[in-house]
Amino acid sequence: MSLAKRIIPCLDVDQGRVVKGVQFEDIRDAGDPVEVSRRYNQEGADEITFLDITASHENRGTTLDTVSRMASEVFIPLTVGGGVRSTDNIRDLLLAGADKVSINTAAVFEPELVKRAADKFGSQCIVVAIDAKSVGPDRWEVFTHGGRKSTGLDAIAWADKMVEFGAGEILLTSMDRDGTRDGFDLGLTRAIADTVTVPVIASGGVGNLQHLVDGVIQGHADAVLAASIFHFQQHTIGEAKQAMADAGIEIRQLTG
Amino acid sequence: MPQQVAVIDYGSGNLHSVAKAIEHNNAVDVVVTGDPERIRRADRVVLPGVGAMGDCLEGLKARGLDQLIDELVGQKPLMGVCVGMQILAKSGEESAGVEALGVFPGRVTRFPREMTDAAGLPYKVPHMGWNQVMQRAHPMWSSIPDATRFYFVHSYRYAVTSSEQVVGVCDYGEHFAAALAREGVFAVQFHPEKSHDMGLMLYRNFLTWDGTC
Repeated sequence: MSLAKRIIPCLDVDQGRVVKGVQFEDIRDAGDPVEVSRRYNQEGADEITFLDITASHENRGTTLDTVSRMASEVFIPLTVGGGVRSTDNIRDLLLAGADKVSINTAAVFEPELVKRAADKFGSQCIVVAIDAKSVGPDRWEVFTHGGRKSTGLDAIAWADKMVEFGAGEILLTSMDRDGTRDGFDLGLTRAIADTVTVPVIASGGVGNLQHLVDGVIQGHADAVLAASIFHFQQHTIGEAKQAMADAGIEIRQLTG
Repeated sequence: MPQQVAVIDYGSGNLHSVAKAIEHNNAVDVVVTGDPERIRRADRVVLPGVGAMGDCLEGLKARGLDQLIDELVGQKPLMGVCVGMQILAKSGEESAGVEALGVFPGRVTRFPREMTDAAGLPYKVPHMGWNQVMQRAHPMWSSIPDATRFYFVHSYRYAVTSSEQVVGVCDYGEHFAAALAREGVFAVQFHPEKSHDMGLMLYRNFLTWDGTC
């Protein structure tokens, strides 16, 4: 009896539409983030992460509108990320109904933003997203621009610094594994999860249910995030939870 | 005319989810307001809160709402949520020690920094995610099974658990109060508006609660 490990489906949204080929047969509009999140909510998702992958300036209005519609219908926590550059961006997203806002690239270029945001809105709603790549045995570096640009920052030290600056949670993506379906980078996940004092969400590489289990048991992640295995209905959230429960992991079962 | 619920707005952030969750499938008129007169006219009052306890108290006091809450206690059903529960305590240590409203006698303090589980792994703070609430008999738990999981996100907690006023207990390295109650007041540390069906059920129960314990 303790805190449940969380399963978080991630929606990649481009100009208000879910991308990466969502294939739900029984929902009317599989590209509508609200429809998709409603479905995940029914299946028992513990949270939803909404990643705005366009995040162009002109697109902010669409994102805010979508977040607002999701928050009106889906009564589980909602994290929104993508193109967050200022405390004004964060305020707008929180007011639209996001519970947490994820800062990625902007944190690298302006670490003080994390500090200001945590002071202003509270650490509980500030997630720092870290994209990391292996650069040697037990060494990972922070990358930006979808893993194309190195920053020279050591991922473990960077995670630690972000927590010190006020991050309430770390969303950790292995850029080596993202899109491969080969499973999380467990060494990276564990190194960060064992270092920082806040929850860590493992991301990047999930191709089957055992990967989720491994992320928690071997990677020490507090939550596991996946996109394609849920989008393509390869597995339901319920099946993912059953696999975790079978492995002895504490999870939240739907009541009633 | 449906009954009216006032969600107190004192600048503590987004109250949209709280209002939507109370309205969800219920015939009720929800107003989000910081106007004392409108709050007095409502049938029931919800006191939400996110962020730091000190900031929330300042926001309340700046609008003269701290005294209003005192006035409402026992007069009409009042529900505190998250930091809205914490500010009903006597005091808190967040922001270098704050005097709170004292509706409940305990203190709100941070989770200890050096808690480790059986495997020697540290407990992460904030306490974030779905945790079980062990109920003590109270009408607000109607139709909600004991040990239901609710969504929590907080670093400070009401550590007293022995008092009769503690009607829900949660375990995170130690026991702390997940729910407090007294005549006319029910307060929870978790977020019912983020706790799926059982969270919505708790708000529904609030709409019919007569204020007795």
